[in-house]
Amino acid sequence: MLKITDLKVNYGGIEAVKGISLEVPEGEVVTLIGANGAGKSTTLRTIAGLVKPAGGRVEFMGEDITGKDPTSIVKKGITLVPEGRKIFPDLTVLENLKIGAYMRKDDLTDDLNWVYDLFPRLKERHWQAGGTLSGGEQQMLAVGRALMSRPKLIMMDEPSLGLAPLIVRGIFDIIREIHKQGVTILLIEQNANMALQAADMGYVMETGRITLSGPGQELLTNEAVKAAYLGA
Amino acid sequence: MEYAISVLLSGISVGGQYALIAIGYTMVYGILRLINFAHGDVFMVAGLMGIYFTASMPLYLSLPLVIILTVVLGFVIERVAYKPLRSAPRMSVMISAIGVSYLLQNTATYITGGQPMTYPVIPFLSDTVNVAGTLTKWVVILTPILVIVLVLALTQLINRTKIGMAMRAVAKDFETSQLMGIKINSVISMTFIIGSALAAVGSILYFTNYQSIVPTAGAMPGLKAFVAAVFGGIGSVPGAVIGAFIIGICETVIKGLPSAWDVSVFSDAFTFALLIVILVFKPTGLFGEKATDKV
Repeated sequence: MLKITDLKVNYGGIEAVKGISLEVPEGEVVTLIGANGAGKSTTLRTIAGLVKPAGGRVEFMGEDITGKDPTSIVKKGITLVPEGRKIFPDLTVLENLKIGAYMRKDDLTDDLNWVYDLFPRLKERHWQAGGTLSGGEQQMLAVGRALMSRPKLIMMDEPSLGLAPLIVRGIFDIIREIHKQGVTILLIEQNANMALQAADMGYVMETGRITLSGPGQELLTNEAVKAAYLGA
Repeated sequence: MEYAISVLLSGISVGGQYALIAIGYTMVYGILRLINFAHGDVFMVAGLMGIYFTASMPLYLSLPLVIILTVVLGFVIERVAYKPLRSAPRMSVMISAIGVSYLLQNTATYITGGQPMTYPVIPFLSDTVNVAGTLTKWVVILTPILVIVLVLALTQLINRTKIGMAMRAVAKDFETSQLMGIKINSVISMTFIIGSALAAVGSILYFTNYQSIVPTAGAMPGLKAFVAAVFGGIGSVPGAVIGAFIIGICETVIKGLPSAWDVSVFSDAFTFALLIVILVFKPTGLFGEKATDKV
């Protein structure tokens, strides 16, 4: 579904991504793990169109989308849940969800009900300003907002960042649930253990390069991955 | 008593005219964090257009044309002078705004020869009316009403419509707004369009009152409106409007004090002193943004 070939990105004066290739097949959960500063976020931001690549190719459903602007990429069905959630603090929960569907002109009732079923908490608080939610609720809102665009591929940048372990487990349950409902997911995480357990495929990224890849379960038992990312 | 009423009425009216300019400052600042120094000059150009157009065509054509062309001017200024600097430091955009300000003033000098131009008498607006025993122009009565109607419409637009929601989102976070599929540039253009349209309406009301236009005629009302926007909490539309009314009333009341006291020349200085005092106690202005961001 998403195919990246030899992607190179310069960011802040350095070559943050040094020619990576990866593939996200339709209906799967793919995770990109690695340490802080490995270039994971830059990769997602480039796919989303926020950063222009210096070289390489991004294809989505057979179409070249390299260097397109964020608006046309959302239109194609790719959405990004940004790092740090980035919900709109002054907008209500309901408005935050509606703005996720900004590109759409059709009726949103079904999608709102879908998101509210996934996150009953958001329904209870739909009139509250987004900024008054707790960290975990804000993450739910960020995911819900992304779903409102009816994405084919949802990319998540560190959804577990800064959340309590119990909440993190809840977030991963949601990721599995969304996946079950047919949305393809590209997930980047520092919490490698959780991510690999949820993923069909995993890629390990180190200083701008992909150093290892394989099925999630296989990487979980890989000695190098264990030593570097699983703390075993 | 009648004198007091007439002073108060004209204060409210001047305040309303400042309010129409102040909204343009505050909305643009809210989205771009830019003090659009050219805004007062756009207001002046709208006044000049009013003079030239009413001379050659009937009012029902010329006044709408003034508003439309002022909107076009505001839109073009943003696209030509500010948009190319979107990722430049804020200071560069500000210098660009100062440049546009002088360009408009110089162009006005070129066209008018620097002579003061007289704003036409607009029937009805310039007619006199008797309010509680004082004679005043209709424009004085109509300004606050029109301002309130326009501001209510604008707040409905901002709070109830999709484009308004996009404006509030873009004001907070460009990048995330883009991820929602919002076209940042259209939203920014929209704020310039609204601000310019209101400034054009303001120019018709203001110059019906003051009548004389020189190329720098936009500077002082522009500055006052900017002060009003800061006073109300820059970025906030209701804040700018209330700030403008307060400044308009204060200024007119000081000008209207008994001439034996000899303080009327200090009306502008007082306005700014008031601003300083308020900002000492409320640094973000009356309705300034409170920090609700949660990390």
